[in-house]
Amino acid sequence: MSAPRPFAFLGCVELQELLPFQARDERELLETLPRVSDESIFSHTAGVLLRRAVLPEAYPNDFALWVGAQVGDRRLAERLAMVDIFDTGSAEAVRAALIATVEEHLSHFGVPPAVTEGEPFHFIQSHVVPVPTGHRVATLAEFQDALAEVDASAVFYHVVEARYRLGRGRSDFAEWIDLSLGQPELADRISRIDPYVGSLERLRERHLAIVGRAMEEGGA
Amino acid sequence: MTLDDYRAVAPRGAVDFLLHLAEPMRGRQFVHVTASRYGGGVVATLNQMLPVLNALGIETRWEIIVGTAEFDGVARAVTAALEGTEQVITEAMLERLRATCADNAGRLPLEADLVMVHDAAPLLLVDRRPARGRWVWRGHGDLSSPQASVWAFLRQFVVKYDAAVFSLARFAPALSIPRFLIHPSIDPLSERNRDMPRAEQAERLARLGVPRDKPYLLQVGPFTREQDVLGVINAYRLVKRHHDVRLVLAGSARPGATGVLDDVREVAAEDPDVLPVVLPPDPHADLNAIERGATIVLQKPLRTDFGLDATPAMWKAKPVVASTAGGFRFQLVVGVTGYLVETVEGAAFRIRHLLTNPELIGRMGAAGREHVRRHFLITRHMADYLALLTHLTK
Repeated sequence: MSAPRPFAFLGCVELQELLPFQARDERELLETLPRVSDESIFSHTAGVLLRRAVLPEAYPNDFALWVGAQVGDRRLAERLAMVDIFDTGSAEAVRAALIATVEEHLSHFGVPPAVTEGEPFHFIQSHVVPVPTGHRVATLAEFQDALAEVDASAVFYHVVEARYRLGRGRSDFAEWIDLSLGQPELADRISRIDPYVGSLERLRERHLAIVGRAMEEGGA
Repeated sequence: MTLDDYRAVAPRGAVDFLLHLAEPMRGRQFVHVTASRYGGGVVATLNQMLPVLNALGIETRWEIIVGTAEFDGVARAVTAALEGTEQVITEAMLERLRATCADNAGRLPLEADLVMVHDAAPLLLVDRRPARGRWVWRGHGDLSSPQASVWAFLRQFVVKYDAAVFSLARFAPALSIPRFLIHPSIDPLSERNRDMPRAEQAERLARLGVPRDKPYLLQVGPFTREQDVLGVINAYRLVKRHHDVRLVLAGSARPGATGVLDDVREVAAEDPDVLPVVLPPDPHADLNAIERGATIVLQKPLRTDFGLDATPAMWKAKPVVASTAGGFRFQLVVGVTGYLVETVEGAAFRIRHLLTNPELIGRMGAAGREHVRRHFLITRHMADYLALLTHLTK
């Protein structure tokens, strides 16, 4: 049997570009959501994981955060918090879910609350620049060690970016463990990790826990 | 400072991350242009950043435009107008700006892969940009409500850049070129932020006349109306009813604008626990000592740019009570590293809450230091610049 293809960990850095769109209330949010790029929707939902470190219990996307903090409409904020790219699977699907949620909310509650002194919602899109980390592994034990050490942005790049923006279907980790290490069951368990855990560090911990268990079971 | 010096203070792996990020860019040329090499946060950041970027293999230079005293006055007025303070700006003044930039464009070596022009004074250099290289304008202030006539003139030059960079979305005017967002940063190894031995701290506080016999609240900033110094004093007075604390107000006295400092001195004459400290010309190490000695830091300006003064305090593990002006809402995590307040009473309430729950002071301070470590150190700032270099010169 040939030696497994090595896995090279890539971290990433995000460059935020401000788009010429903003919303001053919920109706403008509804009107603007169809106009922005998939990259923008991704940046304001899954991309939040790359920017946030301190408050894993806060609303998980920028739309819910803005509606909660700046508009002061907790009901809509809570509903938007449950719109989840990890559940819907693509930026296009999450855009549809966001629009449906705001539309349905406004149809029940009519005139949206005005943002009088708060900050408008500024739409951005991210340019993600991949960065080699120098970690290159060929075995599951090496993978475990590297994953524990590597910059947290590598977890974002290989799990979130790969799966939900680049559309690779499953994470790079699961792909490599299946195809290069020949461990489809472990790859399947890795694939089932819900990225909706609040922070990249927690996401890293979940992966390490599953890999650690597999190592124990395999007597490694 | 060397790149390796940052390993002890930056997030784990950040230095290696920078090395890997810079590797494909080695040999690229990156030029910064400013109006001065002295004073201010931009200059301090460039001073610290340049040797490190060069150590990373990015050939980084810093050029200064040179003008007459009249040009310096025009540049100051234009900067103030861009940030929303109405100025009298004549055609002749704008012509002076144009002529000085044209002279400098002919003199300065501005051939590079990326040229970053900082703020208003050198902005018009772009009119004579060389054919090669990408040009970025870095606007550091709040340009959300500029004086219309001045902006109409400058805007025609801004759009000749390939992109613009702002500190916050709310500071960015509408433009037809790409606009990027990059937060400013602090250098953890600078005189303002380096670790300081207790003996040195005590010596500096003694020299500045700041006693350590009771906890003190601190605001750092010039003695001007914009800093709401009197509002801070009123918040302190509300707190003082319940807690025996001192208020230290540390700042510079602006020439010709001593009114606020006179008011503070009048208050201090009646209340010895109000302590104005007029900082010397190079105050960084003294500020470091004063911030380390504080129990809680206030930043309550009525208007500011990004207002990076909250960040050095958080780096020294102090909870910060700040106004909603400028960029404080982006520096603080409300309820985790400090509080945002709208009023004197709000400030007093939060300070009193912290003093009554001292365990919160330690917890928030520690969270603040970690928040700064992850998001506001110069290592993150350099990674952003390298990402910009990568993105624009690929």
